[in-house]
Amino acid sequence: MNNTTATVLIDNRPVPIEGERNILEMVRKAGIELPTFCYHSDLSIYGACRMCMVDVEGRGLMAACSTKPEAGMKVKTTTEEIRQMRKIVVELLLANHDGQCPTCSKSAACTLQNLSRRLGITKNRFKPIHQPRAIDVSSPSLVRDPNKCVLCGDCVRMCAEVQGIGAIDFAGRGRDAAVLPAFGKNLDQVECVNCGQCAAVCPTGALTVRSSVEDVWKLLDDPSKTVIAEIAPAVRVALGEMFGLEAGEVVTGQAVAALKAMGFKKVFDTSFSADLTVIEEAEEFLTRFTKGERLPQFTSCCPAWVKYAEQYHPELLPNLSSCKSPQQMFGSIARDTLPKALGIENKNLVIVSIMPCTAKKFEARRPEFAKDGIRDVDVVLTTQEFARMIEERGIDFRSLSPESLDMPMGFKTGAGVIFGASGGVTEAVLRYAAEKVTGRTLENADFVQVRGEDGRREIEFDVAGKKLKLCVVHSLANARKVADEVKQGKSAYHLVEVMACPGGCVGGAGQPLSRDTAARRRRAKGLYDADKTQPLHKSQENPYISELYKRNLGEVGGHKAHELLHTGYHSRRRLGDTGIPLITGTAAEKLKITVCVGTSCYVKGSQTLLQGLVKHLEERGLTHAVDVQASFCHERCDRGPTVVIGDKVFEKCTLATAIKTVEGLITS
Amino acid sequence: MTATADLNSIASTFSAAAAKPARRVIICAGTGCVANGALKVHQALIEKIAAEQLPVIAELREEKADKAVWVSKSGCHGFCQMGPLVTVLPENYLYTRVKVEDVAEIVETTLKQGKPIDRLVYADPATGAHCVHGSDIPFYKRQQRTVLRECGHIDPDDIREYISHGGYEAARMVFTKMSAKTVCEEVEGSGLRGRGGGGFLTGKKWELTRVQPGPKKYVICNGDEGDPGAFMDRSVMEGNPHSVIEGMMIAARGIEADEGYVYVRAEYPLAVKRIRFAVEEAERLGLLGDNIFGSGLSFRLHVMEGAGAFVCGEETALIASIEGKRGMPMPKPPFPAQKGLNGKPTVINNVETLATVPLIIRNGAAWLRGMGTKNSTGTKNFALTGHVANTGLIEVPFGTTIREIVFNIGGGVTRDDGALWPDGFKAVQIGGPSGGCLTSEHLDLPLDFDSLKGVGAMVGSGGLVVMNRDTCMVSVARFFMQFTQNESCGKCVLCREGTRQMLALLDDIIEGRATAETIDTLETLAVAVGKGSLCGLGKTAPNPVLATLRYFRNEVDAHVFQKRCPTGRCKALRSITIDAAKCRGCTACARKCPVHAIKGEVKKPHVIDPAVCIKCGACATACKFDAVMGV
Repeated sequence: MNNTTATVLIDNRPVPIEGERNILEMVRKAGIELPTFCYHSDLSIYGACRMCMVDVEGRGLMAACSTKPEAGMKVKTTTEEIRQMRKIVVELLLANHDGQCPTCSKSAACTLQNLSRRLGITKNRFKPIHQPRAIDVSSPSLVRDPNKCVLCGDCVRMCAEVQGIGAIDFAGRGRDAAVLPAFGKNLDQVECVNCGQCAAVCPTGALTVRSSVEDVWKLLDDPSKTVIAEIAPAVRVALGEMFGLEAGEVVTGQAVAALKAMGFKKVFDTSFSADLTVIEEAEEFLTRFTKGERLPQFTSCCPAWVKYAEQYHPELLPNLSSCKSPQQMFGSIARDTLPKALGIENKNLVIVSIMPCTAKKFEARRPEFAKDGIRDVDVVLTTQEFARMIEERGIDFRSLSPESLDMPMGFKTGAGVIFGASGGVTEAVLRYAAEKVTGRTLENADFVQVRGEDGRREIEFDVAGKKLKLCVVHSLANARKVADEVKQGKSAYHLVEVMACPGGCVGGAGQPLSRDTAARRRRAKGLYDADKTQPLHKSQENPYISELYKRNLGEVGGHKAHELLHTGYHSRRRLGDTGIPLITGTAAEKLKITVCVGTSCYVKGSQTLLQGLVKHLEERGLTHAVDVQASFCHERCDRGPTVVIGDKVFEKCTLATAIKTVEGLITS
Repeated sequence: MTATADLNSIASTFSAAAAKPARRVIICAGTGCVANGALKVHQALIEKIAAEQLPVIAELREEKADKAVWVSKSGCHGFCQMGPLVTVLPENYLYTRVKVEDVAEIVETTLKQGKPIDRLVYADPATGAHCVHGSDIPFYKRQQRTVLRECGHIDPDDIREYISHGGYEAARMVFTKMSAKTVCEEVEGSGLRGRGGGGFLTGKKWELTRVQPGPKKYVICNGDEGDPGAFMDRSVMEGNPHSVIEGMMIAARGIEADEGYVYVRAEYPLAVKRIRFAVEEAERLGLLGDNIFGSGLSFRLHVMEGAGAFVCGEETALIASIEGKRGMPMPKPPFPAQKGLNGKPTVINNVETLATVPLIIRNGAAWLRGMGTKNSTGTKNFALTGHVANTGLIEVPFGTTIREIVFNIGGGVTRDDGALWPDGFKAVQIGGPSGGCLTSEHLDLPLDFDSLKGVGAMVGSGGLVVMNRDTCMVSVARFFMQFTQNESCGKCVLCREGTRQMLALLDDIIEGRATAETIDTLETLAVAVGKGSLCGLGKTAPNPVLATLRYFRNEVDAHVFQKRCPTGRCKALRSITIDAAKCRGCTACARKCPVHAIKGEVKKPHVIDPAVCIKCGACATACKFDAVMGV
């Protein structure tokens, strides 16, 4: 069979099979928008919503998402049976839904609502059986409203498959089935890194961005406050989508005009502080690179990645760049310079950042980013919230005359702009480092090799005779792989850029919702185009940055720069290394023995093992030579009981093995 | 590398030793009999024999066996209704409902004198005949026991006894004399179809897995029997665990797997214990491990306990569960044969299927084809329960009729109080919550995979619930719907929300709120859930509803249009009144009524206010003159 000519007959029209993974892709290629809740091209096939049912001749009703296209298949996408099936599914979902559509933040962008309209459902034959459940507002970034959940599992798979976390999952059966954080805890009590990608794929209002719009209106209305804004690079290429413009269209000027119209006194650019980040981070990198220490250097501008590293890779925290993110650098510099410049008290200066990101809301609340009770950044708005404010204020966005950003912190180079795309930070750092190392001016500042869409990209450069190995990853599941390799000593990278969201900040969860991954691509292109139109492309060329160092900061990486622009991280491992001491020996050189008594190991008999070992050591009179501790989870639960003797870990350990090893080590 | 033990010498040594004791007493220690006190009887028997200065052994040891009384435990005998069951060999007496108080007499009369005890043997209620031997009892006589043959007769914890009955001979054959392909061909040739409900040709399933690229493949035994009222697989695992292990070895040989899992539900602690012990024993003898029978092939077996989800009986959900994930089904394809456990080709077979396999290898494919019908060969185990005189575990060839099972083996239909009710038959529910109903019009239908499908039911795993004419079929549908709704994993919308809505619609019918539209919606929804659900659980969940609508439409209509339950079982539809002619005005009912719905003066007829009445029936119980009607 010749594959190139193989076709599937969809609604009587032949459609060529061109590597599509399933019938659904074929149908959509044929221009028919088959409805789905649980299908997402970035995620595994789930087959749960039953909306994409098609009739395959000879086989009957099949879910298109989980059926492979085969040559000669005859597919009907709409028959009376299928129409009824779809209506039944939507009616069933509506019957168990709180139906508060007019007050739902997802209204008009909700798949359930849209499908109900599209399928012409005007009456529900099923009984309303919805039972209210508590809304989780614990997270600074997200709101989880189970009353609106259709259990499609997109969020679950996003969190587990793309981000490698699994902060939420299914629990319960039958009527109790729900998507929850572990043990029914709140989102802020579990490993959620606030990336918000769950909300980005949620088809309904079950997971949404936590809004700070009301706070901002109140602050704008307070005459004692001077409210200023910083606007992140990725926002300008996506905001227009909320008003019918193409993804990637740069609308910085209109955004400034809108903010000014709302009452913001000044509007600055996070790309300015991104230029600052580039210089600090590149200097930090060059120092480490020269000394060969704490390599690879991981970037630290993505707050979801930072929290992820703190939770799962605390041993790598020294490798993270100590630079604050551009958002927070902006806050520090603004707090340091603006009150004086504007003649106001620091406490009356309100700094609002407009970000593509939900995790930035968490970042702004980190205690280290506040001084004397005043946060460096007061409120974080996402692109979505900003657009909503424009709508609420009745501003006709498309007819706004563009206005200029305020100086000096509104001036940036192209390096600060491309930050918003995956690979952008790396390219910006290279533009600095290459000049610094070689001492020569770069003619062409573009490093197109680092650009791209692959989740993990490796690039090698020769810089002044030295080989520089870089890695760019987006999505945390990819980051985990690199982090694991680094920990295992298998990595030869010098610099690793990590962005939690697919495609980098352009794909942030605070951006306008789009089920279309092509939007991400167009936004990134918008940023690279914007870089071209800037007069300057290298952070070190930003005259206002040079001015800032001269007047305020002093040396790059110097004392004040450190105070204002750098930060530290801490382990968020749930369980520490300290155990309960059972025997503390008196000898100078002691053998350290740790037996895990966490639930899983306990069930596998670790407690008995521990008691047996202690008894044995007492009987043999060896207690002086050992430190024995009962410890908690080593996170090797499936291979327990876990016993650590000296520097060796024994999985599935037995009392006999433990005794033999201990005896062997003590007597030798 | 350990060598596999010599089966022949184990068998001959065991048989020689087994011939030495004077008598053997086998106490059924299946779950039913244990619940009725079998273990106490076992203990008391050993103590009493010892007290009588008779030599007694609880385990066969050659040096102590001579002239001793050998007291052993077996797995389920099948006749659970009459448990605890005690068999005495060599006379082959079968005593029923044995209590600790009977032990002394058993020792005195039977063990010392070899005489049967008349009051302990089964009396056929139909003929009154006393059946001294188990084989005389109609319940057993009319069955054809192959898979269950050793259950109740051998000690499941003694691998030697299984071997002495020809056990592991089939495994030796496939590991030493047969190629993987011929193993699959032999099983396919027998026509064996999956006993778990699907009815897919087992040999074909194996062949599909065999041809997948290796080297890593798995065999899984599905012991997650979760249907309400089903205990076929449990009985096999408890009664003859080695037959399951041997079946798995043969499957492993057939698909060239070197690792397997027995997935048993945790609610079957005895089955878990026996299977675990059996695996250890098989490992000890080198039947499991490396270089089995010197073939150079390996097979290792793990026992895994399920966590009590019905959906884990579905193969993809079961695999997810073994992998440590939440038990939720995945769309098929890919089938487990292509991508199963850990993404490797996997065969999943039900317990009964696997226990049949050694018999096929031992007796040949034609042997199985000699039983049953053309397209459903062999025998099938059923758990017979409900309104039937003899509840228990039975094995009959495919093609046996419901009439034979209910009236001859089961001893007829009973009333709720257990009394025989010769013309009380209403229906049997077959195949559990996924199955359907068979009515009196199907009494002579030969049961097999295809005939049942034709009438909207399925063999399922083999639960068979007999229902008498006092059973409300709408309530039965509701019962099963409640079960599937609770057990729906929640993944696909049609099953999760559809079962809930069907339940609500059935409640409307039972509680008197239904209209003609209710029936329409119920039927439309039931068809949609059946067609559109992701996995077998959802696809079959509407079956009880559809069966009720198909065969008992009158009964449904009576609920809906006349607000009347023909069996009087639906409380909300009851209309309780007092017959003025019979009422003496004693006030007993009024005093008992918890909601004070009964009014009336002393010595004058009382009246129930239907608006207040909660239909609890306390008045009827209180009334000495039979004046309360409609309860």
